[in-house]
Amino acid sequence: MIPAGAFLALAAALFALGVLAFFVKRDLLTQFMAVEVMLNAANLAFLALAKASLKADAQAVVIFVLTVAAAEAVVGMSIILLAFRRRKTIRTDDLSGLKG
Amino acid sequence: MSVPILTCLTFLPLAGGLLLIFLPRDRVREARATALVFSLAALALALVVYARFDGATGAAQFVERAPWLGRGLNYHIGVDGLSLFLVLLTAFLTPVALLSSWRAVTDRVREFSFFMLLLETGVVGVFVSLNLFLFYVFWEAMLIPMYFLIGIWGGRRRVYATTKFVLFTMFGSLLMLVGIFVLYARANPTAAGPSLAFQDLYRLTLPPGVQTWLFLAFALAFAIKVPLFPLHTWLPDAHVEAPTAGSVLLAAVLLKMGAYGFLRLGLPLFPDAARTFLPALSVLAVIGIIYGGLMALVQKDMKSLVAYSSVSHMGLIMLALFALNFESTEGALFQMVNHGLSTGALFLCVGVLYERGHTRLIADYGGVGRRMPVFSAVFLIAMLSSMGLPGLNGFVGEVLCLFGVLAANKVLAALAVTTTVLSAAYLLWLFRRVMHGPALSERVLGLKDMDARERLVLVPVVALMFWLGLFPGTVLRKMDASVARYLELVRTKPAARTVASAAVRPVTPPPQSSGAATIVGSAMAEEGR
Amino acid sequence: MARELWLIPLLPALSSAVLLLLGSRLSRRWISLQACLAVLASLALSAAALVRLLGAANGAPPLSGTLFTWVASGSLSVPASLTFDPLTAVMSLVVTGVGLLIHVYSAGYMAGDRDYSRYFGLLNLFTFFMLVLVMASSIVLMFVGWEGVGLCSYLLIGFWFEKPAAARAGMKAFIVTRVGDAAFVLGMLTLVAAVGGPEFARINAAAAAGGLAPWLATLAPVLLFAGAAGKSAQVPLYVWLPDAMEGPTPVSALIHAATMVTAGVYMVARLNGLYSASAVAGPLVASVGAVTAVFAASLALVQTDIKKVLAYSTISQLGYMFIGCGVGAYGAGIFHLVTHAFFKGLLFLAAGSVIHALSGEQDIRKMGGLRRRLPRTFPAFFVAALAISGIPFLSGFFSKDAILTSAYEGGHLAVWLLGLLAAVMTAFYIFRLVFLIFFGEERTDAEVRRHIHESPPVMTVPLAVLAVLSALGGLIGLPAVFGERADLLGRFLAPVLKAAEAPPAAVEWNLILVSTTAAAGGLFLAFLFYLRYPGTPARLAARWPFLYRTLIGKYYVDEFYDAVFVRPLVRGSELVYASFDLAVIDGALNGSAAAAQAAGRGASRLQTGRIKDYALAFLLGAVLFLGFILAWKA
Repeated sequence: MIPAGAFLALAAALFALGVLAFFVKRDLLTQFMAVEVMLNAANLAFLALAKASLKADAQAVVIFVLTVAAAEAVVGMSIILLAFRRRKTIRTDDLSGLKG
Repeated sequence: MSVPILTCLTFLPLAGGLLLIFLPRDRVREARATALVFSLAALALALVVYARFDGATGAAQFVERAPWLGRGLNYHIGVDGLSLFLVLLTAFLTPVALLSSWRAVTDRVREFSFFMLLLETGVVGVFVSLNLFLFYVFWEAMLIPMYFLIGIWGGRRRVYATTKFVLFTMFGSLLMLVGIFVLYARANPTAAGPSLAFQDLYRLTLPPGVQTWLFLAFALAFAIKVPLFPLHTWLPDAHVEAPTAGSVLLAAVLLKMGAYGFLRLGLPLFPDAARTFLPALSVLAVIGIIYGGLMALVQKDMKSLVAYSSVSHMGLIMLALFALNFESTEGALFQMVNHGLSTGALFLCVGVLYERGHTRLIADYGGVGRRMPVFSAVFLIAMLSSMGLPGLNGFVGEVLCLFGVLAANKVLAALAVTTTVLSAAYLLWLFRRVMHGPALSERVLGLKDMDARERLVLVPVVALMFWLGLFPGTVLRKMDASVARYLELVRTKPAARTVASAAVRPVTPPPQSSGAATIVGSAMAEEGR
Repeated sequence: MARELWLIPLLPALSSAVLLLLGSRLSRRWISLQACLAVLASLALSAAALVRLLGAANGAPPLSGTLFTWVASGSLSVPASLTFDPLTAVMSLVVTGVGLLIHVYSAGYMAGDRDYSRYFGLLNLFTFFMLVLVMASSIVLMFVGWEGVGLCSYLLIGFWFEKPAAARAGMKAFIVTRVGDAAFVLGMLTLVAAVGGPEFARINAAAAAGGLAPWLATLAPVLLFAGAAGKSAQVPLYVWLPDAMEGPTPVSALIHAATMVTAGVYMVARLNGLYSASAVAGPLVASVGAVTAVFAASLALVQTDIKKVLAYSTISQLGYMFIGCGVGAYGAGIFHLVTHAFFKGLLFLAAGSVIHALSGEQDIRKMGGLRRRLPRTFPAFFVAALAISGIPFLSGFFSKDAILTSAYEGGHLAVWLLGLLAAVMTAFYIFRLVFLIFFGEERTDAEVRRHIHESPPVMTVPLAVLAVLSALGGLIGLPAVFGERADLLGRFLAPVLKAAEAPPAAVEWNLILVSTTAAAGGLFLAFLFYLRYPGTPARLAARWPFLYRTLIGKYYVDEFYDAVFVRPLVRGSELVYASFDLAVIDGALNGSAAAAQAAGRGASRLQTGRIKDYALAFLLGAVLFLGFILAWKA
């Protein structure tokens, strides 16, 4: 029996890795993948807690997250594709059209 | 009541406006005709309401109620003696304003007519609402068409003017919205949840501190709309830039919404707070009378002159409202109608001149009287009505206002009476500079007198001025009971306000012009089901 | 006869409406005929009402008629109600009688004017409002007429509105009288609230019974008198009347001599109960009247415009009427009002005839020797001059004497002396006119001289009728020395205006002697100055240049008002408009808008547009939030 704490620690580590990757990497695609890592870290945390508390609520949330993540991946990827087509780059430092 | 006549009256213009959207863009003539027909139909309905209105009772009539958003946010409308004539005025002036812009507006006529009709629905809605939330919705909804009317069909500085207008009014209404939230939170729960119906709110007992803040929030919203000095500077700009039809409705009806707000909500909802602030507000009103008059004296633009004269006149109306006695309140209500007619007519006249001369500067005219005799006669009558000349409507209102104010405060009345001198000064001076003297400039020499359409616009207005001046009873009689009921509301504490059935009682206006709450009359009435 | 009373004012109103609305489609002949007929009908109806009044039993209530309740709100209820009592009878006969003559005269005088129908329409409208004024049974309804005649005055002074001077004069008249009217409204409404109704009878009764609070009993008549001072051109609000001479001359005769300007006198007489009850009001009215009488007469001495002389003369004579009312001799005041309507109306009409003959010339220095050229105008003017001077047995003599006697008898010695001084001046200035216009050498321009012609009968017949009235009109109010029942007018008015005590016969004779001497003295002085030794005025002017310039400059009152009231008000408003309305209020608004914009611009720097910066902020926020929650828990 693996204790819930271990799952949580793993989730935290994954999440931290995701954050790190998001800040270190400079292209949109990798950053997007970093976000996915974070999402899944969260999923893991949910599942760990669901298992510990023996309640189904958190599992439902995970399903939601998965669905949203799928949709998000579709939309996000197409945005990245479009951005690349228009700007010929996906380097986020160069994509600053929202500068005030 | 089988036919929901008030709902029809309120939303008929909107229906006409929606119909317009389906009209092809280039069907200018049809767009005008449609708008006119719908506004005339609304006028006809308003006349039916007037004819069937029972002046013997102060309770709301033609009441319609329907659930809307639930939890007390109901659709609830009706008219009483306080709102009846404002509804009539709106219904009367909208077709007049539409007809007046036949030639003035040639660009995007369909949209223009749409917004005019939308405006009518918004304004009528404000006057007939018996539920605070509904009131607020109409109050805000009416801003939208006005914003576009000034912003699209206005003069050179239209964007500045319309933004200023909307910002000023929004600022006030947002505070009012906060006030409404507070009221909603404290509303007496009825079987169906908390109620924002006026008659339930009137029975709400609020602690003094809450009353003070709420009164200030509401009063600010209304004072901006009136406008009360020193919140008036949006008015000249909005008027100068607005198209004639917009100016007419702005002056004639929109300003009345502020006064009506005080009458319907500000004073009866928060009587204790109101009493505390009335002296200060009265002083502001008097300052407005004199200040507006003096400013009107030195304006170079005809429209801003009339706008400042509005500030002055509305000052008198507010002063009379704040005097809180029978004569002053009836005078104020009557004067609201008068001001709508006279100032509306003055703006129409300026519009007639502007269409020909393409300038509103007084200095650009002179000697117009010889070129346009009919126009100058109409202008003269509108002016005299505004000056309160006996025989015309303005006099009756002015006398009633001053009579009531005298009973409340002699010093303020003495200061307010200067309006008779000031209004004569700025209007006669205007008339002399525009109409009199030799016609010298090319511009004036080429002027043509009013055509049949323009006469059709102005003659009904002038006729009403005479009618109300000679037979004010046609209006006053239908107000008596409602005014008595209103004053009783203002004078008794909410806790003491009783719930009685809407008993029909004989019209016996209270003999006391001022003083204690000795009014005999029907108390708070539960409006018909 | 009750509601039928309304026909008296309404007939001219109807005619006026027709003329003003359809005037362009009517023939000129019909226009004048209709206007005159309407007034004639009113005159006939007034006479019929008078007959009824005379036939009624003593002590019977006056005729009255109510059409409907005009305004009713709370405690204020104003019926549209007319009353026909002796005072009204006198006034309405004067208004319609003199009015009719002036209407007829106008048909000739205005014959060449392009706005014939507008002229007669307004004249009829004026008659309507004037009749409402004198017939109203309540003060509020009287005020309707009061403002209405003011409006007609404005429109008729500015009848030739293309002339800037005329337009300005009309406006000035309206605004100046409105200053008085503002006070009038205050007094009126306070009074109505205090006595519980607007009827004259109620006000007089309450005042006489001492039913008014002391402050009100004093203040109300004073405020009302301010209105009267405006309408009847008394010091300090007289300044509009001389300028009003820009209007057509028949208008000056009707409105600014015979009828409208006497409205103030009528008002004071109508409210005699109120004025008698106050210890302050009466003396105030008398003093203002006396000061005005002398003040205006002194200005009439040096004016060179024939109509301006008559205008100042009117102001001065109105002062007399107020002396009468102020000392309690209301009947004498009304008596002078009537005779003044005759002789001053005549003077104006005759002056109009002279101006007409001289192709519009109004400067008396360019007249002279017209006696023979205007054989019908001259005697008329001469009779009127004798009447206004107070030469015995003409109308003005009796009425002026009645006033001066009352002043003397009432112990108002200063007022009496001022009245006497004004009488000397009156005789002087009016005969100055007579001598300069009709006697001496002809000083007319050669071009004008060729066209001099006597006016047509339509103008000279009214002159003749008025001349007869001016001569004999005084016989209706003979002083008591001619017999107990000699004072017809006084006895007729007695139910409304209590008659003044008649002095002992010896005193009366002495007073008559004194005032006759005064009149004769003034006349003789004018004879010396302008006929016998024509160089005298110029020498006097050279001797006292300051005095002369002050008089010519009309004491600089217009300039004073302009500098103290008009200009500071306009300049001050301009200043406030620019500095407060635009700078402070709008400045604050625009300033806050600008501040919001600046703040927005500053805040927008945070938007770098780089995802990482946003993410960093997000991360920091999340950490802070978590930390906060944890700290909270702990």
